[in-house]
Parts: sequence; C-alpha cells; structure tokens
Amino acid sequence: MNNFFKDTPDFKFHLEHPLVQKIVKLKEKNFSESEKYDFAPLNHIDAIDSYNKILDIVGEICASTIAKNAESVDIEGPHIENGEVIYAKGTTENYQALYKAGLIGMALPRKYGGLNFPLLPYVMAAEMVARADAGFANIWGLQDCAETIYEFGSEEQKEKYLPRFNRDGVTAAMVLTEPDAGSDLQSVKLRATFNEEKNTWILNGVKRFITNGDADISLVLARSEENTTDARGLSMFIYNRNNHAVEVRHLEKKLGIKGSPTCELVFKDAPAELVGKERFGLIKYVMALMNSARLGVGAQSVGIADAAYREALKYAEERAQFGKVIVEFPAVYEMITNMKVKIDALRSLLYETTSFVDIFKVYEDVMKERKLEKEERMEMKAYSKLASVFTPLIKLMASETCNRIAYDSLQIHGGTGFMKDFPIERIYRDARITSIYEGTSQLQAVAAIKGVTTHVFLEQIKKYESEVSEDNGLLKKKLQKMTDAYEEVSKKIIEINNTELLDFHSRRLVEMAGNIIMGYLLVLNSQRDKKFNKSAELYLNLIQSENSEKYNYITNFNVENLELYKIEGYKGVEE
Amino acid sequence: MKPLKIVVLAKQVPDTRHVGPDAMKPDGTVNRGKLSTIFNPDDLHALELALSIKDSIPDTKVTILTMGPQRAADIIREGYYRGVDDGIMISDRRFGGADTLATSYTLVKGLQKLAPFDLILGGRQAIDGDTAQVGPQCADKLRIPQVTYVEEIVKINDTEIIAKRRLEKGIEIVSSPFPCLMTVHGSSPDCRSRQAKNVMKYKYARTKTELRSADELMLSLHKKRPYLTIPEWSVEDIEADITKIGLSGSPTKVKSIENIVLTSNETKILSDSDTDIEMMIKELIEHHTIG
Repeated sequence: MNNFFKDTPDFKFHLEHPLVQKIVKLKEKNFSESEKYDFAPLNHIDAIDSYNKILDIVGEICASTIAKNAESVDIEGPHIENGEVIYAKGTTENYQALYKAGLIGMALPRKYGGLNFPLLPYVMAAEMVARADAGFANIWGLQDCAETIYEFGSEEQKEKYLPRFNRDGVTAAMVLTEPDAGSDLQSVKLRATFNEEKNTWILNGVKRFITNGDADISLVLARSEENTTDARGLSMFIYNRNNHAVEVRHLEKKLGIKGSPTCELVFKDAPAELVGKERFGLIKYVMALMNSARLGVGAQSVGIADAAYREALKYAEERAQFGKVIVEFPAVYEMITNMKVKIDALRSLLYETTSFVDIFKVYEDVMKERKLEKEERMEMKAYSKLASVFTPLIKLMASETCNRIAYDSLQIHGGTGFMKDFPIERIYRDARITSIYEGTSQLQAVAAIKGVTTHVFLEQIKKYESEVSEDNGLLKKKLQKMTDAYEEVSKKIIEINNTELLDFHSRRLVEMAGNIIMGYLLVLNSQRDKKFNKSAELYLNLIQSENSEKYNYITNFNVENLELYKIEGYKGVEE
Repeated sequence: MKPLKIVVLAKQVPDTRHVGPDAMKPDGTVNRGKLSTIFNPDDLHALELALSIKDSIPDTKVTILTMGPQRAADIIREGYYRGVDDGIMISDRRFGGADTLATSYTLVKGLQKLAPFDLILGGRQAIDGDTAQVGPQCADKLRIPQVTYVEEIVKINDTEIIAKRRLEKGIEIVSSPFPCLMTVHGSSPDCRSRQAKNVMKYKYARTKTELRSADELMLSLHKKRPYLTIPEWSVEDIEADITKIGLSGSPTKVKSIENIVLTSNETKILSDSDTDIEMMIKELIEHHTIG
C-alpha cells in the first residue's frame, strides 16, 4: 500500500536531528506525563517512535484517501447552501479520515485532548497532506488556531474550545482580511461593541478572502475601540459557529486550491468572546497566528514541490521521444535533479526553522508553570530571535521555489502537462497562491531583512560553519567565499543607510543568506547521512552562480538609478 | 438495544499481492521469508464491520482472535490500534501446518472458550489459500447460522440481524437470529485507519512468548499496565484434541506443484463488437485465465 511517510525516508532522518532531543525533553517535561496518560512517551526513544508511527498513519491516509480525492475535490469544489458552506464530498471524507485517526489537535497538550506533539512532526504531517492535496492542507492546517487559543485564551475558553478539536473534530478559521484590509491589517473595520445588557461582545461587518470561513470556531480580528484607525484599536475574538449569526455571502472562484472555500462573511450581531486583552489583537495575537500560518505555508510549499517533483520524475521515466525516455536528456535530468536538490535544501530549512519555533514556544509554555533559569531565558530569547527571521525566510524561499518546481515539472510534461490529463496541471495552479497569502513574498522579505541588518543570519551561518567537519573542507571553502560576498554587499547596503535602497535590495540579500544557510544545512546533513552528499554538492553549484549574480547586481548598482525605477504619473491613495 | 459481544476472526497472510521474483522456492512452495506479512484484506473489512456496529450500539465489545505463529501478534496489535476491546492469540507450534479443517477446529475450540458471543465476523477468504472455507466450517461446527459474502448490515435489533449479501449476479438480503457467523465481502467499506492515541497506548502490547525476549523496561511496563499483555492460548488452554489439529488433523495433502511459465506466441486482433469480446471472455475462462 502506498504511504507518503514510508516513501520519504527524510522524515525519519530529520526526527533524529540533535536539536529534537532538547525539544522533546522540554515538551514532555522530562517524560513525567506517562504516569497520567497511557499514551504519553516513557523516554526520548519512545517519543520519537510514536512520532514515526503517527506520521505513518498520516502518510497512509494521505496516499489512500486524500491524494485519491484531490482531482474530484478540485473539480467539484465547495458550494453555499442557505448561507453555509458545503464541502466537496472528498473534502469531507478526507477530514473524517484524519479526525477518526485522532489527528486533529496534534500539537495541543494532552490535558485538552491533544497528542502533545512538538511542531516538528506536525509540520511533517502538514507537508504530506499538502503533497496529497494542497487545498485540503489549508482546512486541516487551520487547527493552528487551537494553538492561539491555548497561548492567549483564558482557562475557561481553553476548557470550552480546545477539547472539541480532537474529540469532535471541529474545524477552525482565522478571520482577518477585509475588502480594504489585505496585507495592511491595521485598516480592519469590522466592529466589535460590548453589549452590557447581554454581557457579550457583538460583531458586525464584512470579512473577505477568509479561508474555511464557515468553520466551527473562528478567530476574528475586529475594531473594539471606537474612533481608532490603527492597529492599537483592534482586538481578537472567538466566534462560535453554533450561534448562527454569520452568513457566507459569496465563495471566491479561484485559480487553484479550489477545494478550500474562500469566503465572504457577513457578521450580523454575532456574539463573540474576547481573547486575551483588548487592543492586543493585531500587535500580539495575530502576529503569533500569522507566524504559525507562515510556517504552515512553508510546509505546504515543500509538500507541493515534492508532489510536482514526483510527477515530473514519473512522467520523464515513462515518456519516450527520439527513441529514448526523456529522463535521459541532459535538459530534462538537470531540471529533475535540481528539483530534488532544492527540495532537500528547503526541507532542511523548514525543519530547522520549526525546531527554533518549537524551542522558544516550549519555553513560553514552561514559563506558565515556573520561572525560567537565567540560562533558559537567554536560550529562549536567542531561539525566538532566530525564529522571527527564519519564519519569513522559509515562507519566502519555499513558496517561490515550489512555484519554480511546479513550472519546471509542467514543462517536462510538455503539451500534455497543459491539459487536464495529469495532476501537474492542478499542482501548478495550487502552487501559485503560496507566495501570496499569509503575507506576499515581498512582505516576507521586509520581515526577513531584519535577519540581515541585525546579523542574526550571519551569526547563524558562522555557527554552522564551525560545525562543518574537515572532510567537507572543499564545500566549506565554497560556502565561506559566498559568505564573504554576502557580508560585503550587506555591509555596503547597510552603511549607505538609505531605507528605500535597503527595501529595494532586501529580497536579494535575504535570498543570498537563505541560500548559504541551506547550503550549510545540506553539508551538515551529509555529515549524518552520506546520501545528502550529492544534494550538498549540487546545491552549492546552484547557489554559487545565483549568489554571484545577486552580488554583481548589488555591487554594480548605482544608487542614483533608484529614481529611474520609480513610476511617474499615478494618482496616489484616495482619502 | 442491548450491547453485543462480537468476535472477529483475523489471519496474518503473506502479501501475495506484492510478489517479487524470489517469492517461490525452486520446489514450488512459498518462500515465506521473502514475502512480507499483512492483515488479510477481507478480515480488515470484517473488523471494520465489527467496529461500525460497536460505534452504533453502546457498550458493544469487539474481541479479535487470531491463530498463527508469534509474529501474528501484529494482527492483535493492529486490532487494538483500530479500536478493538480485546485480543486473543492462539499460538502453539503444534497448530502448525493446519488446513482449513484443522484451522476451523482450533478456532472453534478458542471460540467455545470465549463464549458466550452474539456475532462472529471473518473475512470472506484469505489471500494465501483463497478457500473461503474456514468461516463456514466454524459456523457448522458451532451449530450456528452462517451468512457469507456480507456487504452491509441493514438492521440489527435484539433478536435478529439483517445483512446484505454481495453475490455474483446481484444482492440478497437475509435475516439471522443470534448468535451467528458472517463472512464479509471485500466490497464492504474499507477498514478505518489506526487511531493515534490507540497506537501510542498499545504499541507495547506483547504476548507472553514475545515478553521472554523483552527488556526490563518492557517487563515493568507490563506489570504496571496488565492490559498490554496479550492472552496467548496453547493446545492445553483450549483443550484441543491433538489428533485434530496441525498437520495430523489436516487431511488436505498437496499432491504436486506445477510451475507455469506464461508465454505469448500469437497475437489476436479483436474488434470492439460484443461478439468478439464475448469470444475472448469465453476463451479466457476456458483457459482458466479468469473465472
């Protein structure tokens, strides 16, 4: 039987990463829960074994149910009946299969019915689900909202909502964007007023582009402070679908991820509960929610890339032209090998980032129970800093690369790929959104540039450098040369001290750093398993030329040219 | 409705659907070492049927029963992962080499030890022998009604169970009193997947024999959590007559095995007319290629 976990040995490999030891120990509070819960791990080996076994279930459901339904879900899509969303038949089947297998609320603590998994195995699961059907990955992935309730909700809210995820298989949504508030969430207008008589908050207004908008439990960003127009007037609320006070007015017709309903919602006197404190909605809670969603898109992108790669390989090994199967032509095998190499690199960055997030989140959690030691506090801070720049980095790199891989995979299919006959046509469409939602690539660069300006990337690169063994001297030299070049141009741009120039080059600088980081991660992987030797070597070939190009562009760039790029004659923002 | 006690008969079989080039030994017997083992597919359908009845009738108990060598304990664990309440392993070297007659005798002795029960479910047939005899033989020996080829349970109440049978040329809906035995057809719903918490809870379930080679941690865990120890029944435990089990209880003897090398030396062009297709089907049936 096909199984997406079994056919990807890299999952197992990455679960054996040295950092995982630390994560599991903290997450499992030194394995004290096994006294209380019969499914809690006894020790580290037991925990890793459980992750492997549960991921094996995910892999089986992905192959036997979700991937098989992907085509029909793409064709059928969801629809509206009486103001409510009805999923495609396959979508319901997929969700039921995962729910019955106990895979909703994977990362929630056991106390609330969850499996208490670190994010790492959860992200691996998300990657497999996305490989099977990227659109469905959104619906399943929105269980992230439970994390936000866990982090910021009151104990009463936690007890009321969290157990429903694993027990009842509820779905969730993050209800943020509006017609005039997309990337710029500060302009959110949906009104929240407190009704003294009913002793509850009431929501009124319209939300747009809401993924899975008709979910059982929604986290809604709304303006709770009258006469405000900025981020500080926004709070976060839980809306419970059982109140039947939200109408789904419209479902968007989309290019891809068609199985995932994208809703326009009308809130009509909808009762809601405040999460945490007023005014912290956007500045704190949505930021946390966004970061986990970005990591989610990272996983989704790697999953899509993997699906596209496998389709390309399969087709190229079967399709014969000029008396040979096309995989034998240099133009084709180069494309396919580079896909694999890039996926190996992205996967390493994805799990590295996830581990950073895991460590600082688990410390945050420990903090709820006891004061952290000084050393722990410093570690938490360091990992939080790393996570804050690695998260936009993986979102940017993975989404852009998955689009490239989907493009190349369709290319390998030739004219057939342009037809509806092969899955690549759907995968290609599904890939397109990843570099747009949860913050466009351009916005990820804005967030990740802090890793360049505060030298977090460089320091981390130096740390990786120190871990490279002597056997890899040649590769290390190449990476050191690239690092020098990156250091030189980033220093140059920072020193000019021109914000617009920094913005202009930000993506180039971030990508240069990202390439070097992934290069090092592959070299370090190869020190644990020789099968990564090839990827490490070939990846360096790729990024050497890519980074040189960026280096040349930045070095030869004339600051005065910036003016020439500006567009003239537009009318500006209407007030 | 009063809760039911259901027993699922399940078998571990070699994975004959994924046969490699060295699956057979030169003498024509199955090279078991080269074939991975799986849960017999039809038995998984039976398990699903049992679990779906359990879902709909509160307090219903499902017990999974298997006979086989030690590695067949995987079947019990797989049952736990999917939600059975109990598992029992019938295992003893002396049961080895059993044909369907000896197997059904052994299973019946186990079932009698387990009694009372309301419903016994098994797969229609196992993919290694394809006999479809063990279920009916068990029912006959137990002197209870049997319903074969079940696809769906239409209705259950305190006194009867109504099932839909999937036959070659249609369906049949039949009713039976309790207790009864049903064999389940592969057209019934696929078995649910393993449940995450169950997997973590039961992954250390072991038979006593398996525990002999276990480490300290495993032994202390079994002491703390007795439900992890899978009951294992020997010849004596089920009070079996030694002449009716294993090789000595099996009248079936393999007379000879013939190696068939498939060759194609002629090509036929068929039109898409009904006559041509019919002729082709007839020929395939005559040559025992299908049917």
